[in-house]
Amino acid sequence: MDEHIVRSYDEELKFIARCISEMGGQAERIVERSVSALIQSDWGLANSVVADDALLDAAQREVDERAIMMIAKRQPMAQDLREIIGAIRISSDLERIGDLGKNIAKRVIAVQDHTQPIRLVRGIEHLSELALDQLKDVLDAYASRDHQRAQSVRQNDEEIDAMYTSIFRELLTYMMEDPRNITACTHLLFSAKNIERIGDHATNIAETVYYIRTGQQMNLDRPKGDSTTSMVLPQTNDGEAVDEDR
Amino acid sequence: MNQTIVPAASVLHPTAAFARPVKMRGEKVTVHYGAKQALFEVNLEIPERQVTALIGPSGCGKSTFLRCLNRMNDTIEGARVGGMITLDGEDIYDPTLDVVELRARVGMVFQKPNPFPKSIFDNVAYGPRIHGLARSKSDIEEIVVTSLRRAGLFEEVKDRLHEAGTGLSGGQQQRLCIARAIAVSPEVILMDEPCSALDPIATAKVEELIDELRQNYTIVIVTHSMQQAARVSQITAMFHLGNLVEVGPTEKMFQNPDDKRTQDYITGRFG
Repeated sequence: MDEHIVRSYDEELKFIARCISEMGGQAERIVERSVSALIQSDWGLANSVVADDALLDAAQREVDERAIMMIAKRQPMAQDLREIIGAIRISSDLERIGDLGKNIAKRVIAVQDHTQPIRLVRGIEHLSELALDQLKDVLDAYASRDHQRAQSVRQNDEEIDAMYTSIFRELLTYMMEDPRNITACTHLLFSAKNIERIGDHATNIAETVYYIRTGQQMNLDRPKGDSTTSMVLPQTNDGEAVDEDR
Repeated sequence: MNQTIVPAASVLHPTAAFARPVKMRGEKVTVHYGAKQALFEVNLEIPERQVTALIGPSGCGKSTFLRCLNRMNDTIEGARVGGMITLDGEDIYDPTLDVVELRARVGMVFQKPNPFPKSIFDNVAYGPRIHGLARSKSDIEEIVVTSLRRAGLFEEVKDRLHEAGTGLSGGQQQRLCIARAIAVSPEVILMDEPCSALDPIATAKVEELIDELRQNYTIVIVTHSMQQAARVSQITAMFHLGNLVEVGPTEKMFQNPDDKRTQDYITGRFG
């Protein structure tokens, strides 16, 4: 990036970009650790994740304040304006990712007394790996302002959606098999949903990176693989359909 | 709720401003001041009843181009204008053309407010009188009042129309100059940094006025304030070193310009 005539303007822009990168790293760690706390039923780890989220919230406020100050002071134009608006959007997406991670950590206590089917845990682990890959990719795309990479991140979100749909279906089956699974499975379901949402935020960030770089908005239709909104219970063994509000 | 809601067409269709008929057109316009060439083959269309902003660093040729549009360069010793400039399709450099009449059709407002050392009334009445636009005293009065109203100045000066125009504040003087420019019913108004000598409030009033004048007049404005160009214009043209670098809808020029030089200039990176 070329230098501005006013050097402190460059420094302010760099500072904001650095904040976003740091926030990205923190968000990644929160998600990673909350999922491993869930999988290993590690209460202590879960607690430290909850504490870490506060840092991310503070960082988001800092980015907001700095960005607003820059708009007031510098009246940014074109690329600079997009950088600043992009930083505001991305920091709020990262902050939401932190919240979702924190929410998973909070569920650790609720599920720790229940034995979880190993296959489900593997499923959630895999889902979180997909989401973390997306997050990592999009943060790299931001760091290098690579709009093509951002585009491919958005394409990949479909995979997360499909994985989430299959976990959703499996959880329903477990709950039907044995009502004692319901508590744990419900929490796992929310955790899976949170991870799926994290993928959506990564997609938002990808769209923002694309906008920062090109000045164009990506087209409106996102690839969608989540079909859980219309999913009903599977058939029971005796062939009787079970409807949702039973 | 009788008011019709007009969608901001320019936002949804950024090229809408270009769809307007062309009021003035410059083709391969070159200007030399003595041996020094100040403009290099500039092609620019000025759409009717839109505000066209000319931006660029000092010495880029934007004021030179503006002054070509009503032949103000004729008054500068050693200035030579080449190429062609048309107003409604007519060549304004045609030797048989009456320059005084041209300047009545293409009015100008300058950087520093320059009211005549006359009363407020006479400042505005001067043009219509010399151009014979009014037959009677009441005609003149009507033109003066209408022009002052259009310039948003009437309410402030109606009780002292016969006091000196030079006694007004800077912002009022500039609006008086605008009233003087529109008193001769021009079709195009050229503004050369009309707000650079004004405070922010007077600037806001002039900008508001420009926005209203756009309903009836074609406006070309040279400005050093990027924010002003972004606020008041529909079309922005960027000049650099005597060349027209880029011209386009203002939204695009300030959000996502194509040319690197435009990008560098509007973001404050020019070395």
